[in-house]
Amino acid sequence: MQNLFRYLKPYRTECLLSPLFKLIEAAFELIVPLVVASLIDKGIAANDGRYVLKEGLILILLGAAGLIFSLTAQFFAAKAATGFSALLRHSLFETLNEMDFSELDTIGTDTLITRMTSDVTQIQNGVNMFLRLLLRSPFIVFGAVIMAFTVDVRSALVFAVLIPCLAIVVFVIMKVTRPAYRKLQEKLDRITGKVRENLTGVRVIRAFHMEDRETEDFTGMDREYASGVERIGRISSLLNPLTLVLVNLFTAALIYTGAFQVDNGFITQGALVALINYMSQILIELIKLANLIILISKAVACADRVGELLTGENKRKNNTLDFPQKKNGVPYISFENASLRYEGSPEAALENLSFMINKGTVTGITGGTGSGKSSLVNMIAGFYAAAEGSVKINGRDIKDIDEKALRERVAIVFQKNTLFSGTIGENLRWGDPEATDAELWEALKVSQAEEFVRKRKGGLDYMLEQGGKNLSGGQKQRLCIARALVKKPEILILDDSASALDFATDLKLRTAIREMEKSLTVFIVSQRAASIMHSDQIIVLDDGKISGIGTHAFLLRENGVYREIYNSQFPGDAE
Amino acid sequence: MNRAFLKKLYKYLKPYRLFLLLSVMMAFISALITLYIPLLTGKAVDCVLGPGKVDFAGTFGIMARIALAAVISALSQYLMNISNNAMAGRVVRDMRDAAFSKIERLPLKYLDNHPYGDLLSRVISDADQFSDGLLMGFSQFFTGLVTIFGTLFFMLRLDFKLGLLVVVLTPLSFFVARFISSRTYRYSRRQAEIRGKETAFVNEMINGARVTKAFNREERVLQDFSGINEEFREASLKATFFSSLTNPSTRFVNNVIYAAIAIVGANSVMKGLLTVGGLTSFLSYAREYTRPFNEISGVVTELQNAFACAERLMDLIEEKPEKPDREDAVTLINPEGKIDIENLSFSYSDDKKLIEDFNLSVNPGQHIAIAGPTGCGKTTLINLLMRFYDIKYGSIRVDGVDTLMVTRKSLRDSFGMVLQDTWLKSGTIRENLIMGDTSVSDEEMIAAAKACHAHSFIRKLPKGYDTYISEDGGTLSAGQKQLLCITRAMLSKPSMLILDEATSSIDTRTEIKIQEAFHRIMDGKTGFIVAHRLSTIREADLILVMKDGNIIEQGSHEELLAHKGFYNELYESQFAGNAT
Repeated sequence: MQNLFRYLKPYRTECLLSPLFKLIEAAFELIVPLVVASLIDKGIAANDGRYVLKEGLILILLGAAGLIFSLTAQFFAAKAATGFSALLRHSLFETLNEMDFSELDTIGTDTLITRMTSDVTQIQNGVNMFLRLLLRSPFIVFGAVIMAFTVDVRSALVFAVLIPCLAIVVFVIMKVTRPAYRKLQEKLDRITGKVRENLTGVRVIRAFHMEDRETEDFTGMDREYASGVERIGRISSLLNPLTLVLVNLFTAALIYTGAFQVDNGFITQGALVALINYMSQILIELIKLANLIILISKAVACADRVGELLTGENKRKNNTLDFPQKKNGVPYISFENASLRYEGSPEAALENLSFMINKGTVTGITGGTGSGKSSLVNMIAGFYAAAEGSVKINGRDIKDIDEKALRERVAIVFQKNTLFSGTIGENLRWGDPEATDAELWEALKVSQAEEFVRKRKGGLDYMLEQGGKNLSGGQKQRLCIARALVKKPEILILDDSASALDFATDLKLRTAIREMEKSLTVFIVSQRAASIMHSDQIIVLDDGKISGIGTHAFLLRENGVYREIYNSQFPGDAE
Repeated sequence: MNRAFLKKLYKYLKPYRLFLLLSVMMAFISALITLYIPLLTGKAVDCVLGPGKVDFAGTFGIMARIALAAVISALSQYLMNISNNAMAGRVVRDMRDAAFSKIERLPLKYLDNHPYGDLLSRVISDADQFSDGLLMGFSQFFTGLVTIFGTLFFMLRLDFKLGLLVVVLTPLSFFVARFISSRTYRYSRRQAEIRGKETAFVNEMINGARVTKAFNREERVLQDFSGINEEFREASLKATFFSSLTNPSTRFVNNVIYAAIAIVGANSVMKGLLTVGGLTSFLSYAREYTRPFNEISGVVTELQNAFACAERLMDLIEEKPEKPDREDAVTLINPEGKIDIENLSFSYSDDKKLIEDFNLSVNPGQHIAIAGPTGCGKTTLINLLMRFYDIKYGSIRVDGVDTLMVTRKSLRDSFGMVLQDTWLKSGTIRENLIMGDTSVSDEEMIAAAKACHAHSFIRKLPKGYDTYISEDGGTLSAGQKQLLCITRAMLSKPSMLILDEATSSIDTRTEIKIQEAFHRIMDGKTGFIVAHRLSTIREADLILVMKDGNIIEQGSHEELLAHKGFYNELYESQFAGNAT
């Protein structure tokens, strides 16, 4: 969590001024008893009404000055805390941007969301309160102790013993609650996940009438969470009563010592009263501090969780190599004994792939379920690096090419169609922020989406809800394809991204893509033989290995796997 | 905070009213004793007059009393704290449970029309905020009240006139607090709104992180985020600052009151109406008296926020659930699978008819395929068959019984369903396959997985059937997820089967094998198959070609081809060569 402190740096001044101003306010507060004393000693004793009034007005002035200082302090604290958390969120978002696909695979969505929202809020509250009370409480506590020493050293020894005792209580409670709060947030993650899951899977849950079981499951998790809250509550609830007992017991001890001191004539009765007053000032301040400490241990636990996300140093490799130029005699794209292994998986997803692709060709990729089709195209886009061997473009290893330059030229349409809330036009301009409306319509035309977009109210300005919920699956796929086309890529990858289209539309789409730039290199991943059979070459994958490469006619003749796939879809053609 | 709301709140509080009672009692005791201790120390001081004039016996007696009082006060405070804790925690837990079980019972219409993020934040963040507020309210409100009345009592006893002065000046503090808190509320609301906006954005971007990377959009997305983040920072700064005004401002007012007492009190002393000692006690009580006002005004601000959150949660809890089964609803037991759909019309919203005057009669054991372009009403038909949505016009009968007259449980039980959206719950593969049906033996499960060609890949997973998969299936491929969903449906041994694009991501070779398995299991059972891939549906007894909610063609594969209509067009398109 130490790595979070750097986000406070830009607010160094505020972080210094806020406690300082609080301190000044506290100092004013410590003067008040002195003014009252002089009001009584001088004003009342001399029966001087004017003096009383004067001292009374000083009290009000002190209050007003205190108000101004304290407001300024609160403002600085609020500014530092909110600014800090804004920087923190920004940096978390950057981290999200920097995560590679393997990291995204392993980190859960729920925990990312809670960390970026609720955890950061807790930290912000913690910082705010910390700045406000950071100097004030210790100042008053230690100030009171020092004042006590000036009154009577022997009696003040009682204070000297009290402070470490209180420190131990505070320390132990913080020590116990910090990991407990952490566990609690993890339980909250689980509850969040459960609710999310039940929202996304509502149809399946109802179909299997799992409602009662899920409710039971949730109640169980909730019970665990709630009892966790209670358990922590029982520990942190100790803080106030323990302080109360300690301070009052020490007050008794103080009276005891004081009684002897007074009896021996070392101090006066008034001095004893002063000592007792300091003791009660400590108590009041500590009670305030107790609430702060609970808040802070919560914040620290959250800071630990957030800090973990940020520890990953900048993983983005600084590849400076620009997208390589075409070189004669070198294949456009080549796989050379490339293998891929997913994190935490014992088996290779792809093994020993070797093949070459020429510029401007269409490559179909097919194969059984889980045979590695998506993995292959993800490697071309540079999302996963080869564990062994290499993937090259124009003779240069993809690993060395600047990610940005690579992705500017490679457009991929994923299996899962993701759109964002915003207008259709905004979504399409993800491909190219500068694209004109005409260019967008052109892309929509190719992706066979023009017709339905025209029908929507506002056309390009039609608002999509989160995740494009107000479109059908096939419409979303076509918009995703259009978005990729707007990019005007050199390499276009369609990863089973026409699965929700009927065959007629699928055909029109493929034909339109073919008629685009002749230099466009296309990869089509599909289960449908019809979608790939007219490709320049077809790669048939089987269990992570290449089973065959060639044209439709060649494969139909030579490759058993391909023949089987084809025949399963066109049984009539089987010779 | 209106009455109706408090009444609802009380309903949740009621089971824990013993805690409430205990808490109030303990608040009373601890507050009174806390006020009593200064009195004791004062007495102790009176026993220590000067050198040689110390009443040691008296001092010790008082010391013992102080110690005892401190212990009792601390104990009662601790009891109060933990009962508050238990109460707040459990009340909110019950509300969360109620909200969740409501989600399980809400009509799909509601769920389909509400952003998940919003529902999520009600059940999680709003509940948590409410719990915090409630806890703070309970622990400071009652002690505050007791302290106010206690000190008032002591002050009025010490000097009636001065006491009255305090009473008269008190509303000033309230007035200031109110003025500030009304502003705070506005800023807090704004902060909460923007926080919601930011959460929604983060949620969307985390889900779409892969696309962001594919399109090099990281920087622009970050820019957009920065915009919202900056907006949030400003709102948060205002909300935080304004809410932190309450304390210093009321403290200032209290200081003014304190000064007024000092001036008026000193004059009383000069007139001989009050002793110096009296004034000192009075002043210290005045401090004690005003402190809870500070706290309570803080609590009120906090509670406003908490209640706003609680209302959002309550709204969800009070949402109308799915209409319960009719009392005379019958249970379908192993239906034969005759399905009659008559004059069915349906729409999600009033402006657009999705299905119109739909008629279909399916004999037991028939397999019906539905083909047609997207948006033709296929998925809607499934929504109605499963009664995810209730029919308004027309009827669907299973074995001659209107589905509205059948319990939902038995209706859904008799259907096996595999949807386009391959949803898996986080849990082990086994849990996902048996879906709570513990009567399924391992042998049965493995046999089904083998039949659906899922066994071979499951076996290769690190822990086989006990491999834990996270939400969304983790690194399983889309096809593998579908295989799991199919196995899941097979294991539920349904009388009827609905397959909605169930095999779209599975290669056709495997699909054919799965279909063999389906055919074995489905022999004599009714089935509905929705697919784009015509190879998937050509074997069906009857193919319905739908367009815009109507059946435009129907018949067997051969008949439809001969008909040379829309189906034929769809069919031919897969053989058509490309343009080059």
